[in-house]
Amino acid sequence: MEIAVFAVCAAIVIGGALGVIVARHPVHAALSLVATLFGIAVLFLTLDAQFLAAVQVIVYAGAIVVLFLFVIMLLGVDRVENLRTEPLGGQRPLAAGLGVAVLVLALLFAIAAGSGGFGGDEVATGRPAAVAPEFDSCTGVPKALEGSAAAIDCDGPEPISNIRQVAWWVFTDYVWAFQLTGLLLTVAVVGAVILARQRGGDDGSDEESVPDPAPEAVG
Amino acid sequence: MVGTGWYLALAAVVFALGAVGLLVRRNPLIMFMCVELMLNAVNLTFVAFGRDLTDLGGQVSVFFVLVVAAAEVVVGLAIVVAIMRRQSGATADDISVLRG
Repeated sequence: MEIAVFAVCAAIVIGGALGVIVARHPVHAALSLVATLFGIAVLFLTLDAQFLAAVQVIVYAGAIVVLFLFVIMLLGVDRVENLRTEPLGGQRPLAAGLGVAVLVLALLFAIAAGSGGFGGDEVATGRPAAVAPEFDSCTGVPKALEGSAAAIDCDGPEPISNIRQVAWWVFTDYVWAFQLTGLLLTVAVVGAVILARQRGGDDGSDEESVPDPAPEAVG
Repeated sequence: MVGTGWYLALAAVVFALGAVGLLVRRNPLIMFMCVELMLNAVNLTFVAFGRDLTDLGGQVSVFFVLVVAAAEVVVGLAIVVAIMRRQSGATADDISVLRG
């Protein structure tokens, strides 16, 4: 069953990725990207990453691809790209060769890293197959640090939830990185607004009609 | 249970497809989509290794990669909008001069 799920998802993911790079119409490429993202979300589910699967669908398929489609529609660049012209001589064969090289190298690394991992639970590498889970079965926090998570109610019927584990790590060990991502998003939003807003004077098209704004108003 | 190697192999294929697309296509929007493909391939390896090593750090890393990808797309698309406004239908070859 899991193998069937993996096979179907892999086919969807690879088909979607191919669709992104061969679609001549940007809207079709964006929709192929959605297929790929959904396939990867299901693969996250099979890897016991339920939280990431949900975030993948919400953030990627829900926000990022919609942003892509919005820009495509806004700019009216939804016309077919001419794939015949090749401004850089020999770029495509070179790119294909490079892609094959990347693929072969990455596959070699994958086989080396997951050697024996192709079969199933029994991993035939030197290291132990599964490190003994260091998580408490109820709170989902490492046993060594359990005292700090005493407030979690352990009487519920559910075992560890993935969200609880991820949240514990995000808000303890990675809390500094978490705060920095908040700062990053704020900077990104402000930068996007400044970059994309219609500047009155230096737009080129209406330069003659509109007098130059005060320098303080720009930026 | 599907072995970790299969996930890594799938991620390798997706990464290679994204890299080829980034090099071949000239529409800036599609180049961004190819970058997203490559990021997703790496995310898949993070989660696969995280399961293999029973370490939740892989999933936390993917969480941060998602945030960075979102920020990257927002800024990148704003730049594309700003360029397209000056020069409609610009491709990556027309943006060879880093000048306003």
